Amino acid sequence: MVWRSAKGRRIAYQAAAIGAALAVAWFLISNTMANLEERRIASGFGFLARESGFEIGESAFLRYSAADSYLRALLVGLSNTLAVAIIGIVLATGLGAAIGLSRLSKNFLLRTLSAWYIEFIRNVPLLVQLFFWYAVITEGMPGPREALSPLPGVFLSNRGIFFPTLSSVPELQGFNFVGGMAVSPEFAALLIGLTIYTAAFIAEIVRAGILAVDRGQGEAAHALGLSRAQTTRLIILPQALRVIIPPMTSQYLNLTKNSSLAVAIGYPDLVSIANTTMNQTGQAIEGIAIIMAVYLTISLSISAFMNWYNARVALR
Amino acid sequence: MKWARANLFGSWPETLAMLGILWLLWKTLPPFIDWAFLDAIWKPDSKTCRAGEGACWGFIVEKYRFILFGTYPYELHWRPALATVILIGLWVFSAFRAFWKPWLALVWVLGLSVIGLLMWGGLFGLRYVENERWGGLILTLLLTTFGIALAFPLGIALALGRRSDMPVIRGLSVGYIELIRGVPLISLLFMASVMLPLFLPAGVTIDKLLRAQIAIILFAAAYLAEVIRGGLQAIPKGQYDAAHALALPFWRRTGLIILPQALRIAVPALVNNFIALFKDTSLVLIIGLFDLLSTVKISLNEPAWTGFGVEAYLFASLVYFVFCAALSKYSKSFEVRR
Repeated sequence: MVWRSAKGRRIAYQAAAIGAALAVAWFLISNTMANLEERRIASGFGFLARESGFEIGESAFLRYSAADSYLRALLVGLSNTLAVAIIGIVLATGLGAAIGLSRLSKNFLLRTLSAWYIEFIRNVPLLVQLFFWYAVITEGMPGPREALSPLPGVFLSNRGIFFPTLSSVPELQGFNFVGGMAVSPEFAALLIGLTIYTAAFIAEIVRAGILAVDRGQGEAAHALGLSRAQTTRLIILPQALRVIIPPMTSQYLNLTKNSSLAVAIGYPDLVSIANTTMNQTGQAIEGIAIIMAVYLTISLSISAFMNWYNARVALR
Repeated sequence: MKWARANLFGSWPETLAMLGILWLLWKTLPPFIDWAFLDAIWKPDSKTCRAGEGACWGFIVEKYRFILFGTYPYELHWRPALATVILIGLWVFSAFRAFWKPWLALVWVLGLSVIGLLMWGGLFGLRYVENERWGGLILTLLLTTFGIALAFPLGIALALGRRSDMPVIRGLSVGYIELIRGVPLISLLFMASVMLPLFLPAGVTIDKLLRAQIAIILFAAAYLAEVIRGGLQAIPKGQYDAAHALALPFWRRTGLIILPQALRIAVPALVNNFIALFKDTSLVLIIGLFDLLSTVKISLNEPAWTGFGVEAYLFASLVYFVFCAALSKYSKSFEVRR
């Protein structure tokens, strides 16, 4: 009877969809409960307060020792993820914009080199590139005693990069440098890899955005007597930005999600520390739930921010 | 000279930038060519390599069989090799528009059966090889192929669901797509390798390869759904109205009129999606499967060959590049035609 009317069918379809979703959820949850009971794994987030007992190689902002709790360890991981993502986004935007503009340049050499760059980098998996940069730093660079010093006070070696700060200058003591600001090989490889990879995608977005601006706009600006730099800054860029921002948002999200590949080269990001936590406590469900919740929150906040920015530059 | 003035040295700042780039190329290119070709060592002997100055391609010469075929029994390597050739052949065959006919599905079923027979064996006097021993290039290709093929129907369903006017169905589709797209693939792979065993009834187990494959399918479906939705939105509204006017029921309207056009529009984007998935399969290394990147990495573990990572990963890049560049050329050929 229900099938006779379109309205009846709609209700039936939707009821069936809810039923199927609930059945799948019930199947998964009941199995999981049964399995957890059988394996005597206690569920819940109580483990977060316990002492972690493992060291973390580096921490961007927080102090941490093995005596601290799992919660603090995960916060350190989160701060490391955010550190590499934020710096990566800034650098990739700069490099990507430069390469995207070179791609459109009248200059033959610039145009060809940037085209090669984009073509090669986009067609090799990021994970391969991360391993490559890590190998270049740890195998290709000299040891601390023969460290390269491109600028006074800056040292490049297979132990990482050392910069001077206002208060101290790195000095060679024993087998490594002491003082100044240190960048570990893992962080450097991850940052270089993410920047170079994402820049190739951003370059294409910038190029497409500028090409989307009507030719007449540039000619009109020229006719008004604006210089080339003024035309770009005042006429082309504001219009191109409207096209550029939505795909750029998804590249920023990709970079943040891709930073989770850190686990493969041993940079202690959120995923890597959650992984260690899961191995030590056996709390797999909670661990993965934390990872997913954190990335979803980051994704949603970046898209919310970009939507706000997009609304600001959009045509009114 | 005239060409150089027009194309390289247009203005003073440009000339300056050019000189900078040329200087940089001069400083980096000759040493690289020395390292990669002139001083390179092709002999598969790690002692010679360590004594030499140049790149050690001998590493690749020594390890290429392991890199391409993983731990598959050495004397049976012709089987994955043949399977690889057949699979690549199937992809090339499917690239021609003239073959986009219903019987193409039959060709695929036949081809994949032969590949399954070659890889597993157990029939016609072929020795049985369990899939824990599969590895290298064929594993990467198989994960991609099945990932895209099985994610496709799911992706179409999700895309249609997202455009449905029924709130419940739309809500479920949007929820799934945004959830999957909001988290990194690696978290889904972890979930598949750690949590999937907990999800299933006691006594049911599935092996590691299948678990990773399931995660890849669920991941790819969300991205495919968005690409197909793009295709659905690009169809002129008149087509929907006309289909309605013919009084066709929903499934015939969708199957006969809407989907064929939407998929055709979405082909370049679908190929780009395919490239992304091909690159993403390299992540299965993290949960311990022996794909192409994994076998490269494991080759470096042997004490005699540690420290040749730069050569090893350049080689891996080259293999991935050949596949991805061919696909992206193919994707671009559609843009030119239109």
